[in-house]
Amino acid sequence: MSGRSAYQDSGFVRSIKKFLLSAFVVFTFVAYWLHERQAKPATPAAGTSLPVAGIVPTTADPASAVTPTDSPAAVDPAAGAVPTDTLPAPTATQPPAQAGLYKNGTYSGPEVNAYYGLVQVQVVIQDGKIANVAFLDYPHDRRTSQYINSQAMPWLTQEAIQAQSANVDIISGATLTSEAFIQSMQAALQSARN
Amino acid sequence: MKQTRLLMGMPVTVEVVDPWATEKTLESVYDYLGYVDRKFSTYKPESEISQINRDELPLAEASDDMKAILTLAEQTRQETDGYFEIVHNGKCDPSGIVKGWAIQNAAERLRQAGFANYYVDAGGDIQVSGRNAQGEAWRVGIRHPFRPDQIVKVLSLQDCGIATSGTYVRGQHIYDPKNPDRPITDIVSLTVIGPNVYEADRFATPAFAMGAAGIQFIEELEGLEGYMIDRNGRATFTSGFERYVLHA
Repeated sequence: MSGRSAYQDSGFVRSIKKFLLSAFVVFTFVAYWLHERQAKPATPAAGTSLPVAGIVPTTADPASAVTPTDSPAAVDPAAGAVPTDTLPAPTATQPPAQAGLYKNGTYSGPEVNAYYGLVQVQVVIQDGKIANVAFLDYPHDRRTSQYINSQAMPWLTQEAIQAQSANVDIISGATLTSEAFIQSMQAALQSARN
Repeated sequence: MKQTRLLMGMPVTVEVVDPWATEKTLESVYDYLGYVDRKFSTYKPESEISQINRDELPLAEASDDMKAILTLAEQTRQETDGYFEIVHNGKCDPSGIVKGWAIQNAAERLRQAGFANYYVDAGGDIQVSGRNAQGEAWRVGIRHPFRPDQIVKVLSLQDCGIATSGTYVRGQHIYDPKNPDRPITDIVSLTVIGPNVYEADRFATPAFAMGAAGIQFIEELEGLEGYMIDRNGRATFTSGFERYVLHA
C-alpha cells in the first residue's frame, strides 16, 4: 500500500513540476518578447552611417550627400531601404511649413517602427531646401535587425571600379542603336536643303 | 578571319579563328543579321514589324520568326515581373529581345557549319565560342562607364554570352516600364554573363530597369552572373562573377 501511495505522490509531484516548468518556459518567452519589444537602440550619434541595405551609402559621405531638392521623396537615394514613411513629418514643436516651401532649420522626425526596428530621421533645411538627412536612430542592436541587414544582399560583393587599359579581344558595353540618330540627322539634313 | 560592319545601326564584329574560315563564312553571318534587321527594324517602313504596327498584317499571318519573337518577349515579360516590355506608346518594338536572339542564332549557324572558335559582337553584346587566336579563352573587357576608351574588368570567357545595359553611350536609353517618367540615374551600367547571349541580353535590360535591385534579381537567376556599376563608380557583383575575372 505504501508503495502505491508513494507512486501517487510522485505522480502528483511530477505534475506540479511539469506545470511549473511549462509556466517558466511560457513566462520566459513572454518576458523575452516584452524585453525585445521595449528594448531601445543605444542612442547612436547623429549622422552615423546606415547599413540598412548594405548598398546604401553613408549620409556622412559627401559623394552621396543628399542634394538640395524640393521634394522629400527625392531623398530616396540616401534613404535606401528605409520605408518612406520614416521621413520626418512636421512635429508640433516645429513651425508649420508654408505651402510647398520648407523653413530653414533642423527637424527631427518621430521614431517610426520600420518593421525591423525603429528609425528616426533628422532633416536640415537650408535656403528652403533639404540640405542634409541624418539618421538619429536605426535598427542595429537587435539580432533580428542585424540578420535582416546582413541578409539584404547576402551574396553580393562591392568594390570601387578601377580604370585599366589591358589588352582584350572584345569589349562589352552599352550601345544605343544609332539608327534613330542617323534617321534624325538625315531628316535634319533633308530639311536643311532648299 | 575578322570583319566589322555597320548593321542594325551598330558595329557588328565577327571573328572566326578556325583556319578554314573564308570570306563566305563571315558573309553568311552578315546575311543572316541583315535578314533579321529587315524583318524586325521599326525604322524600316517595309519591315514586317512596321506592317504589324500599321495593322496591315494580322498577327495570325505573321512569319514564324515573328511569332517566335513575340512569344519569347511575352515569356520574358512574365519572368521579369513586367520589367521587360516591348509595347511602348501602342507600338510594338521587340528590339530588346531581337538583338540577343539574332546574335545567338548567327553564332549557332557558325557552330552548325563546323566552326568552334569564334565570336559575334553586335554593339557590345557578344556570343563567344572556344578560344582566341592565341589559343586562350576570349578576353572580354567591360567598358568603363565614364571613360569609354578604358575598361574596368577583364573577363576570361568560353562558350557563353555577355550583354551590357547602360545609360552612358547616348544618355538615357532604358526606362522603367512601370514608371516611364522615372529616370534611371542610380545605376549606369549592368553587365550580365549567361549560358548564351540571348539569355544574358534578355535579362540585362529589365534588370537594369529595376535600378539597384537589378543585381539581386540577376543573383537569383540560375546560370546568370552580373556586374553592376552605379553613378558613384561603385560596382556590385554576384556571387559567381569572380570566376570569370582574369587577374593580371
